[in-house]
Amino acid sequence: MSGASRQSPPLERTPQVTGELIATRRIGAYHHLTFVAPGVAEMARPGQFVAMAVGGDTSANLLRRCFSIHKVSPSGTHGGTVEVVVAARGPGTRWLTDLSTHSEVSIIGPLGRGFPVPTDPVPCVLVGGGYGSAPLFWLAEVLRERGCHVEMVLGAATQDRLFGVVEARRAAAGVTVTTDDGSMGIKGWVSAVLPDVISRCGADVVYWCGPMAMLKSVTDIASAHGAVAQVAVEESMACGIGVCMTCVMPVKGEDGLTRMARSCVEGPVFQGDRIRWEAFENGGCRVPEDAFGAAAMRGH
Amino acid sequence: MTGGTEVTAADMSEKTSGTGAIDMSVDLAGMRLPNPLMTASGCAANGRELHRFFDIAQLGAFVTKTVLAEPRSGRGTPRMAETPSGMLNSIGLQGPGIAEFARGDLVWLKSVGARVLVSIAGNTAGEYAEVAAVLRESPAFDAVVGVEVNISCPNVANRGLVFACDPLSSAKVVALVREELPRDIPIFAKLSPDVTDIVEIARACVKAGADGLTMINTLLAMVIDTERLRPQVAGVTGGLSGPAIRPVAVRAVWQVRAAMIEGRMRMVQIIGVGGVRTGDDALQLVAAGASAIQVGTATFNDPTAPLRVNRELAAALQHKGFARFSDAVGIAHTRLDQR
Repeated sequence: MSGASRQSPPLERTPQVTGELIATRRIGAYHHLTFVAPGVAEMARPGQFVAMAVGGDTSANLLRRCFSIHKVSPSGTHGGTVEVVVAARGPGTRWLTDLSTHSEVSIIGPLGRGFPVPTDPVPCVLVGGGYGSAPLFWLAEVLRERGCHVEMVLGAATQDRLFGVVEARRAAAGVTVTTDDGSMGIKGWVSAVLPDVISRCGADVVYWCGPMAMLKSVTDIASAHGAVAQVAVEESMACGIGVCMTCVMPVKGEDGLTRMARSCVEGPVFQGDRIRWEAFENGGCRVPEDAFGAAAMRGH
Repeated sequence: MTGGTEVTAADMSEKTSGTGAIDMSVDLAGMRLPNPLMTASGCAANGRELHRFFDIAQLGAFVTKTVLAEPRSGRGTPRMAETPSGMLNSIGLQGPGIAEFARGDLVWLKSVGARVLVSIAGNTAGEYAEVAAVLRESPAFDAVVGVEVNISCPNVANRGLVFACDPLSSAKVVALVREELPRDIPIFAKLSPDVTDIVEIARACVKAGADGLTMINTLLAMVIDTERLRPQVAGVTGGLSGPAIRPVAVRAVWQVRAAMIEGRMRMVQIIGVGGVRTGDDALQLVAAGASAIQVGTATFNDPTAPLRVNRELAAALQHKGFARFSDAVGIAHTRLDQR
């Protein structure tokens, strides 16, 4: 029987707060929501995310929705605020974007590991696909405080699916915009312009946040130019806090061994060349045969 | 931010029982727990993650993720689908294997003062016994208040038929595990509701040496992705959990408790699990016959749900005039003619 002796040091707890929606604004195809969320803003770093409960206390949608933090203001007039960008795609995100100001939402965060920031003032390229760009402006600010030269590349299918073009011009020394249909900027994908941008500024680090489909090509382009890719993944999560084991992907560790890593607690930011891209197929991801514990799966 | 204050076991039972006016403690097959609330296996990992939200030593017991002999990568993705008031999961028992669990996770759980109910499984009946034997040798074995035998695994030796669907296979597993563990460590067989007669399985497990039963595991279920017109999860089928299955859990606990009352099987304690989100949900299972309650999927919605449910359950019982939690266990069976 366990006793009452307790030796471990007090652990830093993750805030779980009732946030108040104080601003909701439509931007192109997205909604920009600002919440007063005491305790969350103070601890957050770029690349981390928040998990929001949707539908109220008796909601039939139990799983939290996770959103990359767009911006934080630790000391607003109402207390710390957290801003997220939401695309209304399902019942949960529609519920959030339909909320009127002063509505309350349960918010957990900050969660996950954010973008690692270089210790030296090296040139960096920040690439965002669609509203995946949301956390990059805050990251740009942090990088510039460190003396880094920052360039941004924003890409989307159409102009209304770009997020933050104006903000990017403030946050970065150079901004390149692409759209698939040519409705804004250069017609084509970010992968078409990225090699030039990296070469031009001699980037050491490429940060990416956006749809999974583009992660591999961004990683490959960065590697080909001798830059490190730090990518934020979007894997579907049921809890966001590391207990449900649904958001896993095969990631190579420092020991060279591939493990099915939880993107919520071990990510969402990974070094791009550590992810086993070849295992992703048909909208899912299989377990590579050499992954830790894969041999035991032959039973069931 | 919380944390940092030393809490003694005595303070704890008062703090976690709401006002202290109602006795929430429970003697679970010989193990004294300060309250009846637990996490559910597979919904709380192995403790460190939830400990970032609350002190897991405040739980009646922490229930670990099912561990087998070898490390397991789990299945590919997608591993889950949201369903009305619930979810479907197909994880594939990802985990470190019993040796690493016994010298890593369990040692950590003990270091924070958690009482631990360890969930174990195997591909064969012999593997369950092997897992129990390694567990017994853990340097932190004294943190273990019980072993939950997850018999909802395909039996490799029986054409992949799930142990929990066959009374003989279930009994064999329980008997082998019982032999490997000290007498004072209670074992609980975790039953599947996907059977014709759950009482038959319950009876076989108790006869084979189970000190208690955990009811219920997830229901076998399936979701089709209508965009791609194919199964939504990579494992094709998965386990359904959440409030959607709560009435199934209440029914299963009721049926087995009724069989015990009628003398059709030996009276043992039941840990109720399945769709508990609120104190009122827990009270349904308690009234049907559960002596302890596990909170699973609701933890994904609210990480502090197990503690909140304990507070709500204490308040509900107190409101109804109960002095002790244990007085409410199975009470609905005495009120059949009061409808």
